[in-house]
Amino acid sequence: MAKHQTPLLDQLQSGPWPSFVTDIKEEAERRHKNEKNVEFQIPVDVCDDLLGVLELSYEQGRTHWKHGGIVGVFGYGGGVIGRYCDQPTMFPGVAHFHTMRVNQPAGKYYSSEFLRQLCDLWEFRGSGLTNMHGATGDIVFLGTTTPQLEEIFFELTHTLNQDLGGSGSNLRTPATCLGESRCEWACYDTQELCYTMTQEYQDELHRPAFPYKFKFKFDGCPNCCVASIARSDMAFVGTWRDQIRIDQEAVAAYIGGEIAPNGGAHAGRDWGPFDIQKEVIDLCPTECMWIEDGKLKINDRECTRCMHCLNVMPRALRIGNDRGLSILVGAKAPILDGAQMGSLLVPFIKVEEPYDEIKEIIEGIWDWWMEEGKNRERLGELIKRQGFQRLLESVNMKAIPQHVQEPRHNPYIFWKEEDVPGGWKRDINEFRKHHLR
Amino acid sequence: MAFISSGYNPDKPMENRITDIGPRHFTDFLPPVIAKNKGKWLWHEIVEPGVLMHKAESGDEVYTVRCGGARLMSVGHIREICDIADKFCGGHMRFTTRNNIEFMVTTLDEAKNLKKFLNDQKQSTGGHKFPVGGTGAGITNIVHTQGWVHCHTPATDASGTVKVVLDELFEEFQEMRMPAQVRISMACCLNMCGAVHCSDIAILGYHRKPPMIDHEYLDNLCEIPLAVAACPVGAIRPVKMDITTEKGEAKTVKTVAIKEERCMFCGNCYTMCPSLPLADTEGDGLVIMAGGKVSNRISNPKFSKVVVAFIPNEPPRWPTLAKVIRQIVDTYAKDARKYERVGDWAERIGWERFFEKTGLEFSEHMIDDFRDPAYYTWRQTTNFKF
Repeated sequence: MAKHQTPLLDQLQSGPWPSFVTDIKEEAERRHKNEKNVEFQIPVDVCDDLLGVLELSYEQGRTHWKHGGIVGVFGYGGGVIGRYCDQPTMFPGVAHFHTMRVNQPAGKYYSSEFLRQLCDLWEFRGSGLTNMHGATGDIVFLGTTTPQLEEIFFELTHTLNQDLGGSGSNLRTPATCLGESRCEWACYDTQELCYTMTQEYQDELHRPAFPYKFKFKFDGCPNCCVASIARSDMAFVGTWRDQIRIDQEAVAAYIGGEIAPNGGAHAGRDWGPFDIQKEVIDLCPTECMWIEDGKLKINDRECTRCMHCLNVMPRALRIGNDRGLSILVGAKAPILDGAQMGSLLVPFIKVEEPYDEIKEIIEGIWDWWMEEGKNRERLGELIKRQGFQRLLESVNMKAIPQHVQEPRHNPYIFWKEEDVPGGWKRDINEFRKHHLR
Repeated sequence: MAFISSGYNPDKPMENRITDIGPRHFTDFLPPVIAKNKGKWLWHEIVEPGVLMHKAESGDEVYTVRCGGARLMSVGHIREICDIADKFCGGHMRFTTRNNIEFMVTTLDEAKNLKKFLNDQKQSTGGHKFPVGGTGAGITNIVHTQGWVHCHTPATDASGTVKVVLDELFEEFQEMRMPAQVRISMACCLNMCGAVHCSDIAILGYHRKPPMIDHEYLDNLCEIPLAVAACPVGAIRPVKMDITTEKGEAKTVKTVAIKEERCMFCGNCYTMCPSLPLADTEGDGLVIMAGGKVSNRISNPKFSKVVVAFIPNEPPRWPTLAKVIRQIVDTYAKDARKYERVGDWAERIGWERFFEKTGLEFSEHMIDDFRDPAYYTWRQTTNFKF
């Protein structure tokens, strides 16, 4: 017999998509049966009470979680998010229901052995409910009580060789696409760079010293599968600067209909035979492709590497060999000043260990942002407030046409004194000798 | 429920303390075929919906079977995923950024068996446990936030709204009959932990009432200057006020006043000050945005645009939400060209046609009036369509 009646939530148990309600109910049941005799360290009916409080929200159309609360593990300012229910008497099992963010392995590959260890720990010391995964990629442990926090951290670090992720005004857990591990378009080893930067900046990850959150995301190519360009204060997007490699035989096989275009992504519908002119050449945004003597030609100098032709013909076209990444900065969601897309700062940089050049750019930007940024001001907002030129100064970079979509519309140029011959200090009396009042 | 210590000693917190070790190295977890061919992949294809094949220079092939997950997962459910990985994949699996689970095998036969096995797994209430799909020109899993399950600022639920939309679009998850991939994302408030602002279709929780003010407690719970500074439209100012407390005492308190007509309901003040709650049964609901993307393919990445200013919260199954999304998806599927994302399609036909064809109503709420960027969205040409 369920602890709380949940007639509204029960309606989310129908339909073909996996139901989280069913899953939580089943976990509630498993906890009550407790076949493995686990000595649960938080209330056994935590899942029942979570369903109860959620049902109340479904009735009233309002959340019942209180605002934050400062909890964490010793020495860290991030990784744990305090959460309390505003109806603790009705739902004592979730009166304290803190989240822990666990730093996910790059690319989110797991062994079942490791995942089971996480499950055992979280069943024993938490609610047994998780998010796989949170928005910044973390493994999210949903719901535990304050006395368990240090115990969980101790267990994670001592037994699982695993650390917490980021929360609060610090570096958030860096996230990456799966990169070279299983993608032919990865222009650098995204997982290795993500891992290295995560290790390098552990202090920034765990101890809030920033004006607000800061996100790194690593994408292997301009397809941007982890949405780095839209979601991270610093986006590392793989690219190349030489020629697209062409296998003309495979091009012919695409034209001849022997290979399905776009990796077979359109197989669910009859789009007619593949037409390379219409589907590739005419859709090329820079018009840098053509067919000559039955062969596909590309004027690579004009190519902007948008990925369309490579996506359509993955067996015929391959990324170049001179690979690296572009850095875009300042992306964010609307809070507070409106959404911002990442702006191109570094068009190309080689990705070579120990990545000192990349670290120099990161640290230059952080120094500027920590000095000038206001409380809760994202990097993108600071760039808007003080100007792109200040960003360039922070990383000692010269302006180049790649930095803009088009040059400025207004001539209100903020010349600096040192830019103007003779400087700004002038003598009014000298001026008046030739100009009467 | 006796307290069991893991070995942590609160009297000596630094004793044997291990900190700042970061995550496990990813090479601890790569399946052998992935580890062997890392960086040496030649090309890939989608063999059938939900099944990818990647070919390596070595001649090796890896078949990936992708299935959707509900994001909110119990440890019991995760253990089942582990069992499947043990049975079929040598104990390896991975998760995608869109909350799918991927199982990798090395032959097509194994992949087909695995796909069938996954599709056969049902929850006790009849729904799928591990529906295979989410590839190519189809609709993949909807990434989302916490909603009423775990968050303190949501304007709606996340898991529930996503469940009903994916029930509605389930076939499109399993098929690949869209003009291009359609990425739907959900964020339960403007904070956008889910960063839905660049999705083909975005579901966004939204408040519509200015905050209430808990005068008696505000000065105890908040830094007033922070609350004032938090407002991006300068609608909050500090005031002193005479109040009667819950216990009936007359008292002068330091608190704030809000210019309500200026409020755009972002909730930032509430984040800084718990005494300014703005959640409300009728006030809260959903905004639908469309036409955003993050890929640089063909056209530049772009923001999603507001196409429905408000849909009420209709728990538990949000029928209007499901209907509106179905309308957009169906119209797009019928009208767009091959490879054309929702935003590219809308730009080609023009937004006036987008509203006409989808049957969505245009209102003054879709005209931007927030700061400078608003100006760049108004039409400065006679090139329009009747």
